[in-house]
Amino acid sequence: MGSSNSSVNNIPNAQELMQETGFSAAHILRLHERFEFLDKHKCGQLRPQDFGAVQELALNPIGDSIISAFFSPGQETVDFASFVRILAHFRPTDRNQSRDGAQQEPANSSIRKLKFAFQMYDQDRDGKISRAELLQVLRAMLGIQVTEEQLQSIAERAIQEADLDRDDAISFDEFRKSLEKVDIDHKMSIRFLR
Amino acid sequence: MEDFWAAAIWALEIWLYLIISTIMIPAMFGFSLGISETYMTILVQTLEWATLKIQKANADERTLKSSPSNGLIQREDGSMEKELEELRRSRPKPPVGGDFTLSDCFYFTRRGIESIVEDEVTQRFSSEELVSWNLLTRTNNDFQYISLKLTLVYGLGIFVRYCILAPLRITLACIGLTWLVIGTSAVGLLPNWRIKFWLSEWVHVMCYRICARGLSATIRYHNRENKPKKGGICVANHTSPIDIVILCNDGCYAMVGQVHGGLMGVIQRAMVRSCPHVWFERAEMKDRHLVTKRLKDHVNDKTKLPILIFPEGTCVNNTSVMMFKKGSFEIGATIYPVAIKYDLKFGDAFWNSSKYSMVSYLLRMMTSWALVCNVWYLPAMHQQEGEDAVQFANRVKSAIAHRGGLVDLQWDGGLKRAKVKESFKEQQQKQYSSMVVGDDIVLFHNTT
Repeated sequence: MGSSNSSVNNIPNAQELMQETGFSAAHILRLHERFEFLDKHKCGQLRPQDFGAVQELALNPIGDSIISAFFSPGQETVDFASFVRILAHFRPTDRNQSRDGAQQEPANSSIRKLKFAFQMYDQDRDGKISRAELLQVLRAMLGIQVTEEQLQSIAERAIQEADLDRDDAISFDEFRKSLEKVDIDHKMSIRFLR
Repeated sequence: MEDFWAAAIWALEIWLYLIISTIMIPAMFGFSLGISETYMTILVQTLEWATLKIQKANADERTLKSSPSNGLIQREDGSMEKELEELRRSRPKPPVGGDFTLSDCFYFTRRGIESIVEDEVTQRFSSEELVSWNLLTRTNNDFQYISLKLTLVYGLGIFVRYCILAPLRITLACIGLTWLVIGTSAVGLLPNWRIKFWLSEWVHVMCYRICARGLSATIRYHNRENKPKKGGICVANHTSPIDIVILCNDGCYAMVGQVHGGLMGVIQRAMVRSCPHVWFERAEMKDRHLVTKRLKDHVNDKTKLPILIFPEGTCVNNTSVMMFKKGSFEIGATIYPVAIKYDLKFGDAFWNSSKYSMVSYLLRMMTSWALVCNVWYLPAMHQQEGEDAVQFANRVKSAIAHRGGLVDLQWDGGLKRAKVKESFKEQQQKQYSSMVVGDDIVLFHNTT
């Protein structure tokens, strides 16, 4: 964007980030520009309200859930490294990647993508989507367009379908089983150009 | 010492006479000596040669860059319906309880993250990127050293632009503005005879022509039979303050704007002496009824010039057209849409007001190669029966975007600095709920 000649070396820990996340130097540079754009107060950290500058995100029904996914529980700010690590989940899966046992699960693997989607529902991060949490997310996605009864009905059916051990909540394994036929890699990936 | 000063003054005189004869007089009378055409031909050939050189050197890498997009990511074009259908393909539709699956959130999550990485609005407020380098220092992003010849041409280009063209253009701009002030004030002293209108138009057009030469502007007008007429409102997409010079080269318009102090104020007051423009005090701008009334009065007076308005309200980077504010479309006058598209190769006309002040922007313009743009006059449009101002504005906006080859966006450019209202979420919620619950309303009532 424009005529800046800054290099990747001006960004702290750039090389580490590149290796960890798989982003190229050009991507890290562009994401850094984006980070700086969102960081209106120039303090090197983003707050939840900084994400409000993105008009399209304000339109998104689960925009608030997405924003809170960037912030670890208890933390109120996110720095550039964490910002990039979260976005790394959305890199397309590398098909040819061969993993040896010692290597850590890459950020953009199917499991990690699934975990991110799970977090959209499991707001309190206790590893289970409770009925209340599901209702909350459904209410956010549907707004005032449906009645309370319809909402309860939808949630009831969703839990019945997915909840295999009958504990009235959906655990991560149940979540994964219920979505095993969905092409996660394609649906939860963003294609980064150049 | 004396001889040196005498020689310097003599050189300056020659310089001025040259300018006046070769540039000003043709500009005043509207004919051309062919100097700028020759310059443009040489320039185009040089840039094509440079492009070929660069392409040869990077033959394998450049295939991706054929699209002039500014983007970091490639966005899926699928609608909500299409994408959610694909997500749900894996399981049969349940008979009761709405058509919701846990995977529905994938779509919203992905869209949300896409917009965090890059959103349609802020993308339009930074300069468009070039496909290949145009030998300007400012667009030199990641182009490496290719060959000695190219670097020499680049160096020569710097010398020509900064040492020859820039002083020439600055002189012209100063002459143009001074003459505008003097000329319009002089015409303003005349009584209201018919000749006054004719003279006023001539003075205005002449000064704008000089200013256009001051930017080495090459403007191509299309469909001039649709030119705005008196008693109408001309609307155009906005890229920079230079849009005014571009449009006024081919006709006279009444300007609308806020009263400024300083140099702008002097120009504004001078202009209003020779023909009526609509200048508002800052306090008056807030009163919408007053604004509408003054514009209506101006438009209803059929002897007054067409008003020039930029409904976007802010400068956009010429790749897209943002939401048109409905104010000008409520007046009920004939709307004459105009599309302006700049050619990026010769100089980037977009004014990024958060990055550059007006003066540094003008200096950047004067040290570019040239300013090449196309202006299309579209047929007049009227508000139709049963169409409200917003729909009318959108219709005009689409026509302009279509003609100029720009992307038609519904986002509000003015919100680049402000927050979005909560109520905008409703549209997405409505759309989604019709997919989850919509068809099953009957079934719902049967089971509960």
